[in-house]
Parts: sequence; C-alpha cells; structure tokens
Amino acid sequence: MDNLKEINYGQAIYEGCYQEMENNDSVFVYGLGVDDQKGHYGTSKDLHKIFGEKRNFDMPLSEDAMTGVGIGAALAGLRPIYVHQRMDFLLLCMNQLVNMAAKLRYMSSGEHSVPFVVRAAIGRSWGQGAQHSQAFHSYFMHVPGIKVVAPTTPHDAKGCLIASIRDNNPVVFVEHRMLYSNTGYVPNNLYEVEFGKGRVLIEGTDITLVGASYTVTDCIRAAEALKKIGISAEVIDPVSLSPIDYDLIRKSANKTKKVLVVDNGWLTCGFSSEIIADLGINCSNLKLDRMGYLESPCPTTRVLEDGFYPDPEGVAIKANIMCNGEKNWKPEKISREEINSFKGPF
Amino acid sequence: MKEFDIKKAYHLFYLIRRSEEKIIELYDTDKIKSPVHLSIGQEAIAVGVSLALDDNDIVFSNYRGHAHYLAREGNLNQMWAELYGKIDGSSRGKAGSMHLSDWSVNFMTTSAIVTSAIPEAVGYAFAQKYKNDKGIVICYHGDGAVDEGVYWESLNFASLHNLPILFVCENNKYAIYTHQSKRMLNDSISERANAFGVKASKVDGLTTKDFYNAAYKSLDEIKNGNGPMLIECLTTRWRDHVGPGEDRHIKFRSDDELDNAIKNDDLLRLESMLSEKEVKKINDEVDNKINEAIKYSEKSSFPDTSEITEEVYG
Repeated sequence: MDNLKEINYGQAIYEGCYQEMENNDSVFVYGLGVDDQKGHYGTSKDLHKIFGEKRNFDMPLSEDAMTGVGIGAALAGLRPIYVHQRMDFLLLCMNQLVNMAAKLRYMSSGEHSVPFVVRAAIGRSWGQGAQHSQAFHSYFMHVPGIKVVAPTTPHDAKGCLIASIRDNNPVVFVEHRMLYSNTGYVPNNLYEVEFGKGRVLIEGTDITLVGASYTVTDCIRAAEALKKIGISAEVIDPVSLSPIDYDLIRKSANKTKKVLVVDNGWLTCGFSSEIIADLGINCSNLKLDRMGYLESPCPTTRVLEDGFYPDPEGVAIKANIMCNGEKNWKPEKISREEINSFKGPF
Repeated sequence: MKEFDIKKAYHLFYLIRRSEEKIIELYDTDKIKSPVHLSIGQEAIAVGVSLALDDNDIVFSNYRGHAHYLAREGNLNQMWAELYGKIDGSSRGKAGSMHLSDWSVNFMTTSAIVTSAIPEAVGYAFAQKYKNDKGIVICYHGDGAVDEGVYWESLNFASLHNLPILFVCENNKYAIYTHQSKRMLNDSISERANAFGVKASKVDGLTTKDFYNAAYKSLDEIKNGNGPMLIECLTTRWRDHVGPGEDRHIKFRSDDELDNAIKNDDLLRLESMLSEKEVKKINDEVDNKINEAIKYSEKSSFPDTSEITEEVYG
C-alpha cells in the first residue's frame, strides 16, 4: 500500500495534471478561472505558481476562438488542456471541435495531429437548471476523430487524464460535479488508463447494469439494494465512451441475459441507444431496457429536478422488474450524500 | 531589407496564374471532381507576402488557397495529384482543393468553414512564443472572415498575448456576391483591427511589390516583438466565387470594376520589367512543370477504399 493513497476525484485530476506537467514541458492548462483561488475544484489550483503563468492561465470569454487556439497549439506540438466549468459551454466550441479538431488529421492524411484535451464538468445538482447541468458526451461519441472518456473513480480520473494528455487525438474528458468528492485509492506514480477498456465494478449473474459517468454510482447503489433481495447485479463502468469496450458489455450480457443501461443524459440517439443497438445486433435472447434524463430540459426547482434524473431507487426497481416481473417492490431510501450536502452557490 | 526579386516574383505569379488557367481548361473533363476557388486576380498578395517570408515562417490559408500554396513553393505534383483525388496527392485525396496542406514547407491547414482556421493560426503563434521558436505565423483570410465573431475573439487573444502573427486580409470586397457595404457599417477592416490592439494598415497599391514591402515591414516589427500585425490588401477576384467560370452575368458588380482590375494586371507589369528572353525561360520552365504535374497526376492511382477509415485517429 506504500505506493497508494486515498484521495478524492478532484485531487486525482490535480495529481495527474501536475505530474504530467512536471514530466512534459509542452503540457499547459487554460480555461476560465483555472488560476483563481478555487482552481476549478482544486484541479488546477496554483499550477501557475509552480509552472509559471504561461502554463496555467485564464482566458477571455471566447470559448470558440480559445478552442481553435488550443488546436493550433496542438498542431505546433504542444499538449494543451482546456478546462470548462460547465459542459454546456462546449456548444460554443462545437464548430472548432467537430469541423477542425476531429478532421485535421484526416484531411491531411495523417500529417497533422491534434493532441488536445478538453475537460468539461457536468454541472448537475442544486438548481443548476436547463443551461448549467447538461451532459453532451453522446454528441461527441457521434463524431469520428474525437475520443471521449468519462471516468468515475479517482483511480481512473488520474489515469485517464494522463492517457488523454499523451494521446495524439482530441479527447473530451467528461467530469461530473457530483463525482469530485468520490474517494478511492490512487497510485502515486504516473500511469495511464487505456482507452477503450471498461471495468466490471461489481460482479453479478442476474442482470447487467451499465452506467455512464455519475450514473455508474447510481448503478452501484442500486446493485447494493438489489443484493438485499437476492438479485446479483453486475455493474459495468465503461470509463471510455469512444472507443467503447463492447466486448466487455457483450460478455456480461451473454452471462446475465438482461441489460439495463442507465445514461447520464437523454435517451434519443444517446449512449444508451448505442449500447442497446450493439447488443441487439451482436447478442441474442436478451432482455434490454434503459433509463436516462426525462425528455425535457432540466428543471431548476428541486422537486422537479429530482424526478428528471435517474436515481438508484429507480434503477433498482426497474432491474427487479426485469429480473422477476415484481412491480410492487421498492427499496429503502438510498442516501446520496454528495447531492444532499451540496449547497452551491456556484 | 532584402531587395524585391522581380524574377522570382514573376516566376511565382506566372506559376499561379497558369496553374489556375490549367484548372479552368481541364475542369470540364470532370477529372477534378470537387469545388475549386480560384485565386486569379489576387496572386500579387500571395507572391508579395511569400517573398518576404523566411523558411521557418508558418502559413495558414483558406479554401481559396492555391496561390498561397504555390507562392510558398509547395509541391506542385502533389497539389495536382490532390486535385485529381489521387494517392500521390499531398493528402492522398482526402483534402482536395479546399484543404491543401504541405508540412514540408510549413504550409498548414486550410479550412472550408470561413474563419475557422484563424484561431488555429493564433494558437500556433502562441506555441511559437511558448517554445521560443523564431518562425512567424502568416494567416491569410478574406474580408468575409471578419464578419464572424471568432475572428475578433482571435485578434483579441493575439494582441493580449503579443503573439508573432501577421494577418493578411485579402479584401476583394465580396463574400460570394455580397458587397462589404451590405455586411458592415465601418468597412475599414484595418481600423477595426487597430481598435483590437492589432497594428494594421491598408495596402492599396495593388502591386506585388507594394504587398511585399508592407509584409516585409510588418514582419520586421513582429520579429522585434511588436506583436500581431495586419495588412489589409485591396484586391479583385476575377473569377466566380467557386468553380472555373466568370461571374459577369450575375451582375453583382459593374463591368468597369472588373475591367479596371484586369487592365492593371500586375503580371504584365512584372513581365515588362524583364527581358523577353528571361520571360520565355521562366514561362517555358513553368509550363513544363505544370504539364509534368498533370501527367504525374494522370498516372497516379486512386486510393484503395480501405483507406476511407485510415487516419481518423493517430
């Protein structure tokens, strides 16, 4: 255990970033507020004091151009990390990410490469409303030329960030505000978590639960509730959303014959659609279902907000129905401390 | 200041003009199955600017980029093969006319989305400063580009960080057929750039030498650490926005406007400064090179369909 320590998700991102900046002079960080007192949940705090202002700097409110600036710097051989406090603002970067970053290697037949990391936090919880809470991982999964990762554990957050920085492609690195306080054991050294490899977080035999980003924690909590009534749920964290580890999910599906995909996003044309399409084509005799955001923008008031998102109880109820058709069972209320304790104001 | 090389200027100018004319000649054969945006009429800017550049300077162009590519002496065979969509093209047929690049001469990416490569050029300049590298970034764009918000975001960041970049605005006054006056109240692009802290001037001499002088002076300033500069180069597009044709029949501008520009063709002015013998030598050499490039492209194979999904990721 000497080479491990227990830290949270935000600290793990900081550590991965810090160590890779120390390791490689061409890595730099920029984004709104990255060098302020809060340093984006501590993930970039004081990096400019250690590495100099040119390697951790604030920017004008110009998301569009600043995406291009990162791409241009990447073309010149640097390894920029562009940080967004809310994923919603990536829509201002869409032309640059889709028309430029994703295509420059292809259009130059491999002459150019764009080693560019775009970190974006999904801002869910505590009244963030329609424009400060959205998750767009599926938008980027749709585009050839971009990789997408959405780690949920501190171990994977650090390892995925290092792998993303070292990768020669644009990577959208999806974070979630409700994950920053997640703690776990993280190796002290520099290490990479491989793209395209998912993880079985809990082994099970009756049903497979697949989450994405924060909903992986909903799946874990649902699995714990299901265990109490004798249902053995397997929980898969895909970690990497593009490329995605279909083999791992198929293997689990073939074992349990039932798969419930719980997305941290809308259903239509989303992450869940992809997983279910793949399983429908490549496996047989499966029972498939999915959950995600309701088909509306995210409402602000808490009572509606709670109903808008999938929750562990809902996941457990649906899983139980899929396993034995029992519609009247409800688990005990499952506490989610990270949501309950969060009070903003940001 | 290094002297303006008339012979070299004529050579490059003639190379661009003849290449574009060859494209027009061949376009009906449909061997170039892709849109082309010809530079005819605007060559003097690319030639003047390119003659002022050092080898380590970096060029970002746009979809009307043949002149920039050729003036930078990008590989002619590869350019033609790229137009033909062949395997020996600079991007193995994946780029075509609108996305030409040639890393060997620091000719970077070109975008078909107006203005979209401009922040990349600024980012590249940021990297040059970050790495303490000498090369200056040249960013060619048209007057249409300044209509986009990202253009001014880019200029703002370039001046804020005092970046080594020269914006070369080729102002032909039209975005396709829409005149500048229909798109902006203050039509002085250089004046607006100055307000953003990018030192800008208007070059309305229209000759290759004027553009050379303006670029040279600006590059010198940038080398001395005086930040981003812009030269607004007035020019006229002789051909249609896209394709090989003329556009007189569309009547969006007066015939006089075009005729005056053609009468003032700087290619003829440069030619008159050389002896007949010198001109013939250059013409023969260029004609021969272009014919060779076309032969090279004809002979080259089309890429195998297995290449479709190659180079998506690195």
